[in-house]
Amino acid sequence: MRGWEAVIGIETHVELQTESKMFCGCPVRFGAEPNTTVCPVCLGLPGALPVPNEEAIERILRIGAAFECTLVEGSLFHRKNYFYPDLPKNYQITQYDLPFCIDGHLDIDVDGDELRVGITRVHMEEDTGKSIHGSESGRIHDAKFSLLDFNRAGVPLVEIVSEPDIRTPEQARAYAAELQRVVRSLGVSDARLEEGSVRFDANISVRRVGADEFGTRAEVKNMNSLRSLQRAIAYEIDRQIALIESGAAVVQDTRHWDEGSGKTTSMRSKEESEDYRYFQEPDLVPLHVDQPWRDRVFASLPELPAIRRHRITAAGVDRQAAAVMVEAGDLADLYDEAVSLGAEPRTVGNWLSGDVVAYLRRNETSLADTHLRPDHLYELATMVGEGALSSTAAKDVLARVLAGEGSPAAVAEQYDLLQISDAGALEAEVDAVLAGNPDVVAKLRAGDMKPVGFLVGQVMRATGGKADPRIVSDLIRTRAAAG
Amino acid sequence: MSDLADLAVREAASLMRRGDVSSLEITNAVIDRAGVTESHLHAYLTFNQDAARAAAGEADAARAAGRNGGLFHGIPIALKDNLTTRGTETTAGSKILSGYVPPYSATVVNRLRDRYAVILGKTNLDEFAMGSSTENSAYGPTRNPWDTERVPGGSSGGSAAAVAVGSALAALGSDTGGSIRQPASLCGIVGVKPTYGLVSRYGLIAFASSLDQIGPFARTVGDAAGLLEAIAGHDIHDATSYRGDVPPISTALQTGVAGMKIGVVKELSGDGIDHEVAAACRAMYSKLETAGARVTEVSLPASETALSAYYLIAPAEASANLARFDGVRYGLRVDGDTTEEMMARTRAEGFGPEVARRILLGTYALSAGYYDAFYGQAQKVRTLVRRDFEAAYEDVDVLVSPTSPTTAFPIGERIADPLSMYYADVCTIASNLAGDPSGSVPISLDSAGLPIGLQIMAPALHEEQLFRVAAEVERLAEFRQRPELATSEVRPA
Repeated sequence: MRGWEAVIGIETHVELQTESKMFCGCPVRFGAEPNTTVCPVCLGLPGALPVPNEEAIERILRIGAAFECTLVEGSLFHRKNYFYPDLPKNYQITQYDLPFCIDGHLDIDVDGDELRVGITRVHMEEDTGKSIHGSESGRIHDAKFSLLDFNRAGVPLVEIVSEPDIRTPEQARAYAAELQRVVRSLGVSDARLEEGSVRFDANISVRRVGADEFGTRAEVKNMNSLRSLQRAIAYEIDRQIALIESGAAVVQDTRHWDEGSGKTTSMRSKEESEDYRYFQEPDLVPLHVDQPWRDRVFASLPELPAIRRHRITAAGVDRQAAAVMVEAGDLADLYDEAVSLGAEPRTVGNWLSGDVVAYLRRNETSLADTHLRPDHLYELATMVGEGALSSTAAKDVLARVLAGEGSPAAVAEQYDLLQISDAGALEAEVDAVLAGNPDVVAKLRAGDMKPVGFLVGQVMRATGGKADPRIVSDLIRTRAAAG
Repeated sequence: MSDLADLAVREAASLMRRGDVSSLEITNAVIDRAGVTESHLHAYLTFNQDAARAAAGEADAARAAGRNGGLFHGIPIALKDNLTTRGTETTAGSKILSGYVPPYSATVVNRLRDRYAVILGKTNLDEFAMGSSTENSAYGPTRNPWDTERVPGGSSGGSAAAVAVGSALAALGSDTGGSIRQPASLCGIVGVKPTYGLVSRYGLIAFASSLDQIGPFARTVGDAAGLLEAIAGHDIHDATSYRGDVPPISTALQTGVAGMKIGVVKELSGDGIDHEVAAACRAMYSKLETAGARVTEVSLPASETALSAYYLIAPAEASANLARFDGVRYGLRVDGDTTEEMMARTRAEGFGPEVARRILLGTYALSAGYYDAFYGQAQKVRTLVRRDFEAAYEDVDVLVSPTSPTTAFPIGERIADPLSMYYADVCTIASNLAGDPSGSVPISLDSAGLPIGLQIMAPALHEEQLFRVAAEVERLAEFRQRPELATSEVRPA
């Protein structure tokens, strides 16, 4: 793509995991039997009316605040009109010119390069039901029958629209990943691509480097992982460049990403796109989000992932380790608690992002299901710091603490892993080794210090590996010289 | 004693309270009346005799057990068939909902059932409440009890005819542009459209959501007040429902109009109003003055464009509200080779011509490139109408006008001419655009023996002013006549 530049904007849909749906009291539950979490309102039965879910509104405001958006005082709902079998009313209640949140941004980090991506708007809408089409492709056009499940109909859905500030597939992936982290850190949704609780659609166009005008864009849908988002965008960029270079033009359309073939195919062109005939939803009244409410939302925000990573890195933890802990969330929580007890940040960060993550993966478990507590980490880090435990032994102790065998001190005691750091206790062992190796001692006295390592090894063997090697080494030097 | 079917609700209630009659006796009388009148009128789409008798028996038993549901305890009433009733077919007068049995009841229906009202059945209406004559019902027209060759008005024509003739003691209707007041006027009874939001719309099959409002039909002002009090008040299922207290309606009935300022709407007094109707209204204004009111003429300039604005806003909202009738989940389904074809065929066959016309009109008014000129412009007019009313109410307590520009017109006369039909709402529409309460009270018969109604409009949430004047008009008019179909004279309350 030499000489070309891609322009990418991303529309993200996040399903809010509220107790109940956006406009009725039906529970929001993933994986329930089809058509069991439905009522007259979310089925669009004649006469039923929507009533907004205040918790969902609180949550969208939190999302907007996390992107430093302006929270709009007099927000409105509109009807978006189109016919589709899984849309019960054949219009969707959504927002149009007065969404809850406007003009924010999200800072992302792509291999050390910072990028600020503008957030145009964050608005609320209701989700549709699900169609299951009885066809080989799973799409409606060649289906022999279609089944409808309205459990998802009316689930509160937040749409986050980015500015076209993204230039590469890698940036797009980093944006999507960071957005997921932010949403999760707010506790408003688990934002899982596999379960569809977050969905990313990408608007992509290409232009010659240096051009001011945007090219004709295509919207790509159906990316089910961050990897497929990155692949689909890369494919689409190549496709558009190849089209233009071959003398053809890009047609504005909506395209379907097929993970198997690794290609996008056209779903509908702009000419077929509908006139949604938006108008203000007359069944709902304007929502008054006043200044005290807005202030309260901003004040109640948790520490956001980027800020948390910065803070942890500034305490001396590796960037990668900080990123791993913050991504997981619960690891960073445990880190914060251990450090607040006085544990050494870098050591704790390395354990949590390395040994603990490996342990969880190996045992297919979660942190909450282990026995590791903040005070354990503090105790363990202190033992290493004081030389009571070697860093190798500490890893062994950590695994046993995770498994619930007891506190670090108890485990180290039980498995006899404590180091002998008491110089007095080691002097006799050192003297015995020196006495047994007069030739080597002579070399030391002659100024050749190379054999110190050999002598340390002898002492370690004699103590069953429990001696602190630094102390042994010091003792050998001083006592050989003195002898 | 005269026929129990001709009792006013308050009379029937006091007889039942004294133990002189039972709800079952009254209900049976009304069922008997319907047996005589229905073949002439077709006021009902569904008439549940057995369920009504059972409910009457329950009401009597509850009373015997010491429970008191209030004024409507044991009173047989009718519901317009665009109010959902759990377990009872609800069609909105449309073929597309033929056979549809809702799994839930409208809030107003629950409130009446909770008060031991006896529900007789579901009354005929113009399809989806779109019309002014009840001729647009997919199930055939309702006829006017005063002259069965004439329309009862609409869209709540079935409810109005039933109450007028005694096949219900009272009824509920819905009013989007005059659909309670105009048929009340044409059938010689009282009908009230409350302030928008005072009565929950939950379970009212929507025509135009920002205009629709449920309200009472009764033969007396007092009964209408009582029915409104029984159904009014906040409902958590309707986000547009008013959260404050219901205005003190019944207590205003005996106050009289001395010292009140009454404004006669200038634009609804002359051109386009039948001269007998106009004369009857003028006579009533004089009587009101004699009774101590100060009557002045007031101008509502925007009311002249209100009709045009209404016929953009209401169809626009309807085009979305009626989109759900697609054959996918309930009601009529006409199969096709594709989903789109099934939906299109279902809608083509399921909707009548007036509904199709309004869906097309509304879709057009909302379309890209036309929105500003039509829907957007209509909303601006709506704002002007509101301001007109606000300005008028700085000088007067209520506004009055004829309810309908004419008395009942012959069946078939206007059905082929939509614009002349739309003009039937010219006096009533502005109140819906403003969201204000408005009611119709019968004042006299014209030379053809057809009822004339006077419209009384009041500021939002000031139903007590409306009822204060309505009660005085009722006293001054001494309107005692009943249609011949009703077998006996109604007795004064």
